[in-house]
Parts: sequence; structure tokens; C-alpha cells
Amino acid sequence: MTVPKIALKNVTKHFGPKKVLNGIDLEVAKGESLVVIGGSGTGKSVMLKSILGLLTPDSGSIQVDGVETTRLRSREREKLLHKFGMLFQGAALFDSLKVWENVAFGLIQGARMPRAQAKEIAVAKLGAVGLGPDVAELSPAELSGGMQKRVGLARAIADEPEIIFFDEPTTGLDPIMADVINELIVQCVKDLGATAVTITHDMASARKIADRIAMIYQGRIIWTGHARDIDNSGNAYVDQFVHGRADGPIKMQIKAL
Amino acid sequence: MGFLAATGRAFLIFLEATGRLALFTGSALSHCVRPPLYPRQILRQMIDIGYYSLPVVGLTALFTGMVLALQSYSGFSRFQAEGAIATVVVLSITRELGPVLAGLMVAGRIGAAMAAEIGTMRVTEQIDALSTLSTNPHKYLVAPRLIAGLTMVPLLVIVADIIGVFGGFLVGVYRLDFNAASYINRTWEFLQPVDVISGLVKAAIFGFLIALMGCYHGYHSKGGAQGVGAATTNAVVSASIMILVWNYLITGLFFSTK
Repeated sequence: MTVPKIALKNVTKHFGPKKVLNGIDLEVAKGESLVVIGGSGTGKSVMLKSILGLLTPDSGSIQVDGVETTRLRSREREKLLHKFGMLFQGAALFDSLKVWENVAFGLIQGARMPRAQAKEIAVAKLGAVGLGPDVAELSPAELSGGMQKRVGLARAIADEPEIIFFDEPTTGLDPIMADVINELIVQCVKDLGATAVTITHDMASARKIADRIAMIYQGRIIWTGHARDIDNSGNAYVDQFVHGRADGPIKMQIKAL
Repeated sequence: MGFLAATGRAFLIFLEATGRLALFTGSALSHCVRPPLYPRQILRQMIDIGYYSLPVVGLTALFTGMVLALQSYSGFSRFQAEGAIATVVVLSITRELGPVLAGLMVAGRIGAAMAAEIGTMRVTEQIDALSTLSTNPHKYLVAPRLIAGLTMVPLLVIVADIIGVFGGFLVGVYRLDFNAASYINRTWEFLQPVDVISGLVKAAIFGFLIALMGCYHGYHSKGGAQGVGAATTNAVVSASIMILVWNYLITGLFFSTK
């Protein structure tokens, strides 16, 4: 059996009294695009950040390419993170740097590439996400939300990572721009041959991006399956989420007025 | 029992904060001496701290020197000791007021800006983004600020010393009718290297503390705009208090035997 690109076994994490991850088991095969769906506050972001090492899980195992990563020292962690690219929910562009410096950041700081060469690559990557070279000299604050997301995407793919994470890539965008971003994600992942993990609660996005879909609920993966099976999952929780119904097994905590 | 529990809880929180600050300081210091360093970042911070603080520090020093001369004149003339004014001005400025007032002004200007900038980077996930781009945030954000604070505040204090003494000179000569040459003579006469050096040592430590507090509170800020606001306030208040405490300790180290 081939080694999965990413494997989580029984990962738990709590903040204070609140258990956010409650024993996550998840495997992502090399080259596949997995979308993790789930409501707000179900632990999606915490799971991604645990894999990246931005948060340390309380227990459990996280393996990347078969190598245990939960106890890495910071130097080894930096080396491991070269394999990863991430598009943050709010794009998280560095506002003190120009657009092209943002895209080239990993190349200049991480890979120690000369600035002129890094700039050429940055402009090329901006082209790949549909932004012209004139955008390169702007500062991130001058861009619209959709453009910031695209710059964030260009930054995530600039170092040609093996694994790319997308944290709610379409949140806060209009439906057309959301679809543009979805197509760019599919395109970039295919071009790089990368493994992709996306977390979202946008079903249109999930259907478009995913090879496989996993649903997270109360800090656990409760269902995984092929993207085409999402509409007949036979799981009441998944059905409720996919169809966006207020009534069902998932009860929202709404205080009585 | 409620009282005991509350006391214990507060004490534990205090210990936790102290430990976290110590770890943060240790890690940041180790990144100051381990390559790779980020020269661009260091230079940017140096210009921010050193160059752009010049007006505010200069004005503070000028008026402090002037008021010192004026105050000591009105006080000293009661027992015919007006001749000591130049000495009082130069010793007060170099030993105490130069570093302390420059430190407090820089804490307000730079400490707040650092906390706000790093705090905003924290809440907008820019610090997480740094990590995912294989860049250690302590090395990229904190170390350059500490280095810049440590080196630039002493330079600022040298300028503050000169401007402060000049302020005293202006008031002494043009308002109190001292002879210019004898005022300058008096300024040099009792000034020793240790007076200036102790002030510069203070300045270096203050600069370090200001940057440390700005980075620490910014780095650990959470919860959006309100969290960043709290971090900014905490950075300025804690830096100011630490400046005053360390000022006393360093003065004790340099001058307690006399």
C-alpha cells in the first residue's frame, strides 16, 4: 500500500475547556484534492493549522510522507514547510510589502533567490492567476478582495509546493469571483500536480474543487467519500449540510430571546 | 476560600506571563545572533526608530534643557549658587533626563507602533503566513526590532544630550545673561566620561525593552481590533514602567559606591 501524503490519526486539541479536535482520522493520497466541509467552529481551521505546526495537537499523530511531524524542532519544521503552500481566508498579504514582493516572499527569504530573478517568477505567477504586471508594483491595500485572494493564491503556488491548503477560498467573494477562484485553484493544482486540502462551507466550491469530500462535525470526521457521492451519502448530517437545512441532526446553538 | 482561590489564580497567571515573556526574550535573543539575519528589515527599523524619532526627541531635550536652566536659576539664586547651573544642566541631562525622557518618548512612538503593527499581523494571520513561507517570525519580525532598538536609542540619546545642553546654554546666555564662554567652560569642567557612558548604557537597555515590549504584546495579541488596542496600551505602559525601574537599577550599579 502506498504511503498517504498526509495522515492524521486520532488527533485531539482543546482550548481551555473546549475540545475542538476530538480524535481526527484522515488520510490524503498523493495528488488528490480533498475538500473538508463543516460548519463554523467545527475545527476545520484548527486541523489545518495543526498539520502546518502553527498549533501543536494535544495527542495523536500527524504524518507527512510517512514522517511524524508533531514533535519536529523549528529548523526541521521550516524545512518541512517548504513542501507546503497556503492560501489564507483573509489572504494574509504582508501589507508593508508590494504585491510582487508578497508573491516572491518564499523565494527570496526561504529559497534565497536573487530579487531580480524572484521578481520575474512573481510576475509570471501573477499572470497565471490573471493579474497583469502593473499590479505587481501596487501595495496589497490598493487591491479588491478578489484580487487579494488571487495574489494570495499566486504566493501559495510561487514556491511550487507539493501540498497546498486553501482556507475558505471563496468566503466573502461574489459568486462570479468565487467561481473564478475555484477554477484557478483547480487549474493551479492540476498544473503543479500538487496535493490539495481545502476547507470550506461553500458547497458550490466543494463540488468544483474536490476529488474527495470529508465532513467534519464536533471535531471528528463523520463521513468521507467521492465528490460525486455527496448527494447520496446516506448520512443525515451530510445531507443536512449539503442542502443547508436548519432542521436535522445538527442542532445550532441558538439562545432563546 | 474564594479569596484564596482568587489570589492563587492571579499568582499563577503572573507566573505564566513571566515564563512566557522569558521564553519569548530568550528565543528572540538567540535569533538576533543566529544567521540568517534580515538586513533590509533591520535597516527599515533603524530608520523608523532612529531617524523618525529625531524631531520628537530633539524637542523634548531642548525644552527640558531650557527648563532645567530656568528652574535651577530660580532655586540656586536663593543661596548664591548660580554658577553651578551649567554643571547641573549637563549632569542631569546626560545621566538622567536624556535617556529617560528620550526612552519614554520613543516608547510612546515606537513601542505603540510595533505592538500595533505586529498585533495586526497576528490577527490577520500574516504571522501564520510567514511561518508557512518557511520564515521564522521571531527572526523576521522580532530580532530586527530588538537590534534596531538596542543600537538606535543610544544614538538618539547622544543627540538628545547635545540638544538638551544647548537648550540650557540658550536660556543661560540669552535669558539669564551668563557669559557664553564661561557657561561652556562650566559645562565641561565637572563632566566625566562615566556620566555620558552610564546614560548611553541606560539608553541601550531602554531601547531593547521598548522593542521587546512592543513585539511581545503585539505577538500575543488576540481578538481583532480590541485586542490590538489592548496590546498597544500594554506595550507602552509596560515599557514606560520598565524604563523607570531599570533606570533606578542601572543608576545604582553605576553610582552607588559614591
